[in-house]
Amino acid sequence: MSDPVNFIAEWLKSLMANIGLPTGVVVVIITLIGIVVMATFLLVMDIGLVWFERKMVARFQDRLGPNRVGPFGLIQPIADIIKLLIKEDIMPQGADKFIFNIAPIFALATVLLLWAVIPFAPTILGSDINVAVLYIVAIGAVGTLGIIMAGWASNNKYALLGAFRTVAQMVAYEVPIVIALLVPVILARSMGMQAIVEAQSPWYIFVIPLAAFILFVASIAEIGRTPFDINEAESEIVAGYHIEYTGMKFGLFYAGELLHALTVSAIIATLFLGGWRGPFVDQVPILGVFYLFLKSFLIYYVIMWVRYSFPRIRIDQMLGFSWKFLTPLALILLIVVAILSKVLEGVSPPIFALAMLAANLIIIGVTVTVLRVYARVERKRVGEERPLAVVPDPELQQLIQQE
Amino acid sequence: MTVLHVIFLVTAVVTLGAAVMVVTARNLIHSALWLILSLFGVAVIYGLLSAAFFAVVQVVIYIGAIAILMIFAIMLTRRVKQDVGSIVNKGWWLAGLLALVLFTALVWLFSTWSGFRTPLPELATDVDTIKVLGAALVSPSHYVLPFEVASVLLLAALIGAVVVAWERKS
Amino acid sequence: MISLSYFLVFAAALFCIGLYGAMARKNSVAILMGIELMLNAVVINLIAFWRFRTPEVITGQAFAVIVFAVAAAEVAVGLALFIAIYRQRQTIAADEIDLLKW
Repeated sequence: MSDPVNFIAEWLKSLMANIGLPTGVVVVIITLIGIVVMATFLLVMDIGLVWFERKMVARFQDRLGPNRVGPFGLIQPIADIIKLLIKEDIMPQGADKFIFNIAPIFALATVLLLWAVIPFAPTILGSDINVAVLYIVAIGAVGTLGIIMAGWASNNKYALLGAFRTVAQMVAYEVPIVIALLVPVILARSMGMQAIVEAQSPWYIFVIPLAAFILFVASIAEIGRTPFDINEAESEIVAGYHIEYTGMKFGLFYAGELLHALTVSAIIATLFLGGWRGPFVDQVPILGVFYLFLKSFLIYYVIMWVRYSFPRIRIDQMLGFSWKFLTPLALILLIVVAILSKVLEGVSPPIFALAMLAANLIIIGVTVTVLRVYARVERKRVGEERPLAVVPDPELQQLIQQE
Repeated sequence: MTVLHVIFLVTAVVTLGAAVMVVTARNLIHSALWLILSLFGVAVIYGLLSAAFFAVVQVVIYIGAIAILMIFAIMLTRRVKQDVGSIVNKGWWLAGLLALVLFTALVWLFSTWSGFRTPLPELATDVDTIKVLGAALVSPSHYVLPFEVASVLLLAALIGAVVVAWERKS
Repeated sequence: MISLSYFLVFAAALFCIGLYGAMARKNSVAILMGIELMLNAVVINLIAFWRFRTPEVITGQAFAVIVFAVAAAEVAVGLALFIAIYRQRQTIAADEIDLLKW
């Protein structure tokens, strides 16, 4: 009984084979049941995320958060859903009806699609394709499509402007994500997620921390959260590309954004924190699910922490940060890791890990030094005079000295 | 009628239907969205052909980059007058006739070839096609030269596109 | 049993639909969409031939990768050209761009 999921799947398969269905149909039905179960599980977890988010932001801001609806405010998300469902469903005049309705579905669907390749346990995995990392990149690329559709179909200048900015940001940060995703692939010698988790004897965050950092920062920018949330900045372009969406359609965007944050946390946890690895996971595979979600929520907590601590970054600063800093840094890291991984090919794993860690720390040190020199040069070039706390008028100064 | 057959037929119908909508839709954004659907269908076909790498690369490059670039170009080059008037030029019937004739000729030509009905061979299960493809693309005795030339081509296209579309503030 | 014929006929149909789009449409971006359909049909052919005739040799897949790269490069430059033309002539209907500078 240590692996209930596979146990139930095998039992269902034998049941259907006894009825007399051909094996092809049995496989299709089992797959469909698996998809429905996983999607339901994730969407229910999404509801929990709404509660988690609101409680956490409240605690960061030194208040209590929802605590009236149910114990500890746990029923609050249900109340939110009911509120969204009974709101009026407005379609702006001149909007493209079909695209307007499909865009929020796209936004949520592309996030759910990502969970197909994340390994929950050694034996529980949606689909063990050997190009899983590339699949993650692909679905991220499709996600930008939903945003363009939402911005375009709203027939609203500000929505379109917000959509353009969002897509520019997402496309700009896709490049560091792809390169940072390649680094664990090089170390694990495979693009399959299960293979990468199985190859992590020291967790990769201790071997290639810089790649984890780049993936973390670029993922926050990709999902559009503060400090990179220029797209939904209320004070700037009034909710950006989902300005015309009301009721449950907006709810789908909001839920999609939160679930996307959990998804990238799960991806970072799988690639760098060892996924389902943990004590006793070989004997009791179902523990792997627990470990994975523990690590994902840890990273999700850090993402929320960043959200409620930093101010928003301007769009040109944000794009410059990606193209001029993150992408060259990620490329340098990739080249160094690739060369080191080939040079140290037969070396024992601990020395290999230490060498990689040393290389990462050297790159971090060099980058920080370069940034400090650059900042000093910039300050000198701009020529700001640091104001001195002296009274400038000499007569007044004499008067003060006399006193 | 295996499951493979059913999946192929459904995908083929969806892809060809979407392709027809691409070339006949009046609104260009709709045309671009139908193109995205047909590109998805093509990605599913790659999956059926056991080329999972190509299915994913198709989504990344065609849908994630090319289609979005086309949508941006459509939005930046809109003239409201475009939505009125004919979307095809004067010789459209000739184009349709030519396409039909070409299709018939191709199918007839293929059907006279002996290998037309080759059945699906088994793939060797211990070979990881990604590794073989990666090794072939960088191996000097295989395809490193086209690979490098393609990367120079992409660099030239990148620089060229930026230069051509640069707004000259004179 | 799925045979090569299914994929070849499908690719031929896609190619011909793309050909019609490239030849009959006025808008330049629509022409480019037709060209993309044609390129996709070609790559389907390449992969189908690889899978059915020579699955042990990787040549078909390598060829397809190069075709992907070339298609992406062509679309990028083509769309940049369209944007530049639109800036000059305020139109990208292919039958209205029929004079060089006057």
